[in-house]
Amino acid sequence: MENKQPFIRIRKKDDRPLWQQILIKVIAIIIALIISALFINLITKLNPIKVYESMFRGAFSTTRRIWITIRDTALLLSIAVALTPAFKLKFWNTGAEGQILVGGLATAAMMIYFGDKLPSAVILICSMVLSALAGALWGFLPALFKAKYNTNETLFTLMMNYVGIQLVEFFVDVWDKKQSHSVGVINPNTQAGWFPSVFGQQYILNIIIVAAVTIFVFVYLRYSKHGYEVAVTGESENTARYTGINVPGVIIRTMLISGAICGLAGFTEVAGISHTISTKTSGGRGFTAIIVTWLAKLNPIIMVIYSFLIVFLDKGAIQIASDFNLNEYA
Amino acid sequence: MKKILSLVMALFLVLGCLTGCSSEQKPSEGGEPEKQTKIGIILVGDENEGYTYAHMVGIQEAQKANGLDDSQIIWKYTIGETQACYDAAVDLVEQGCTAIFSNSYGHQQFMQQAASEYPEVQFVAATGDTAALSGLSNFANAFTNVYESRYVSGIVAGMKLAELEANGQIPAESYKDGKVLIGYVGAYPYAEVVSGFTAFFLGVKSVFENVTMEVIYTNSWFNLVAEGETANTLMADHCVIIGQHADSTGAPAAVEAALANGTVAYSVGYNIDMLEAAPNAALTSATNNWGVYYTYAFGQVIKGEPVATDWAEGYKTGAVAITALGPNCAPGTQEAVDKAIAAIKSGELHVFDTNNWTLNGEHLSELKIDLTGDFDTDDAEDKNAIFDGYFHESEFRSAPSFSVIIDGIFEK
Repeated sequence: MENKQPFIRIRKKDDRPLWQQILIKVIAIIIALIISALFINLITKLNPIKVYESMFRGAFSTTRRIWITIRDTALLLSIAVALTPAFKLKFWNTGAEGQILVGGLATAAMMIYFGDKLPSAVILICSMVLSALAGALWGFLPALFKAKYNTNETLFTLMMNYVGIQLVEFFVDVWDKKQSHSVGVINPNTQAGWFPSVFGQQYILNIIIVAAVTIFVFVYLRYSKHGYEVAVTGESENTARYTGINVPGVIIRTMLISGAICGLAGFTEVAGISHTISTKTSGGRGFTAIIVTWLAKLNPIIMVIYSFLIVFLDKGAIQIASDFNLNEYA
Repeated sequence: MKKILSLVMALFLVLGCLTGCSSEQKPSEGGEPEKQTKIGIILVGDENEGYTYAHMVGIQEAQKANGLDDSQIIWKYTIGETQACYDAAVDLVEQGCTAIFSNSYGHQQFMQQAASEYPEVQFVAATGDTAALSGLSNFANAFTNVYESRYVSGIVAGMKLAELEANGQIPAESYKDGKVLIGYVGAYPYAEVVSGFTAFFLGVKSVFENVTMEVIYTNSWFNLVAEGETANTLMADHCVIIGQHADSTGAPAAVEAALANGTVAYSVGYNIDMLEAAPNAALTSATNNWGVYYTYAFGQVIKGEPVATDWAEGYKTGAVAITALGPNCAPGTQEAVDKAIAAIKSGELHVFDTNNWTLNGEHLSELKIDLTGDFDTDDAEDKNAIFDGYFHESEFRSAPSFSVIIDGIFEK
């Protein structure tokens, strides 16, 4: 028999020096930009440099735009970071959307029911705790079933999203006083339960919370015993069991953390950004964050870059549409 | 850490290079006062979505009529009914817009928030209803009297029913308690939708008395699949006409498919001509001509005068219309339509004439509407809208108020 050799062999090289890895990514970005430029020019006859410039302006041209870019980067980052412990465990948490929503719902409930009864700082702290608990509960249920009965966590977490959406839908109806199918801005006059401005800046607190969470997850996974257990269990459940790690315990504990951080993201979104709740509060970020998490190879610090990149693309796309009368389908 | 730093540097280098290479091009700043008018537009969709498309056409018309050049109108497309709307509004203020318009109901709360923060900028939430209540002088609502064109589109449907019955083409199952069943795909059970289907129903009844209507809600303004499925459900109940207050071509396309398979069913659309989606099944669509409003509003902005807090106009100024009649409309439809439009214009025909409808078997002489936004009608400010023999729709505020389900219509 003839010994057939493949024409091309593809091998993953994990041992490249750092500078080469970076160079490869930079070259990839440049090639992508050139190909897109050709595409843009062919289809729309626009000057691609102008289009790229427009993207840049969409994210950075005014102080406010820079703040919004940072704010949205932080929000996406916090969700990506939330998914990281679960993914490291190879627990496919596709339920971030639902975990964010119930976190946001808990915050909105605090703001609505205690807006005129408690001081704003107390509402904020209670909202924070409650939203983390709500998110943790949404993470706990699939984890419990996975740990006990080995159910499929992808489907379970995904379905929990719909439960979250329906729950928000229900409360929007309860809280909607005008039958306008929206809650409206909560406590617009008293701003009770809203994030206060820090150093005169509206979104500093969002950034502080997300930075704290990111550093926490980074340290937790890299330096703590828990983090080590997650890594071992993720690599091989049998090894974990053999070394005496309580696998079901690790699954439940990790998802409690993952869900709680998603819940916190919901808190940041509702108390710190939109001050309202709707089924669009999570805005698909729970899924976008999966991309960020994987592009960054589960490294919370690298996720800063990829969250920024995705938000930048988003802001850029809006600006291109505005400047050149293109839209997302064109 | 080194890796990150280098990556960030590399990214910025690429971006910096790109922006550095391009020539600085700032929008021209004209010297004449009218050239300084800048108008921001926030749209929930883009031209691929009928509702937004209708607004875009109107805005372009108004731009031309007011002699504004392209740099004076800044468009923001596909802005969701979320914080994104507030962000977009403030961004437009920072770009120097003196007036900002949004086109979807859900934008309203965010527009109002922005309006309270930027009192020198005019904000308009089209199809909204809280401007008068907000107490903000720089915040306005606008709505067309689309109930008038829905009534006329009902006449088109009624003519078709009359033709079908005369030809014996209405199947026996389509009679419910001896009345011909028609269907309506509604978005939400809100006054805007109720007012619309009541007008449509009264239009049908004005030519074909023996009719009853089933309404099903999709709980979405735009959902191609749900609207198609809802139309299928209505046709499974043997509805002969499928009207709609939802923004997609889902229902007309479903009706076209059913018609091709031998079901007797025709479609009356909304916003856009549905003949492309349903060349045989589409009879006509009720539409808004937003150009009339935007032309007025842009004119006010250019003059530096406030825009009316509650604007609502219909056939009289050409703010509403129906689209071209489909090939399967009954003979004589055009004449009936023209007659009705003339009567509406002259004020001799009132869509909600109390002689033509009953509630629980009674002709009403009083119907209070909510004007305080608390969705009940027992406040001192809430007014009775029935006098001179008809319900005065959209007169106390631009958004529709007719919210009772009259006899002959049932919700499912």
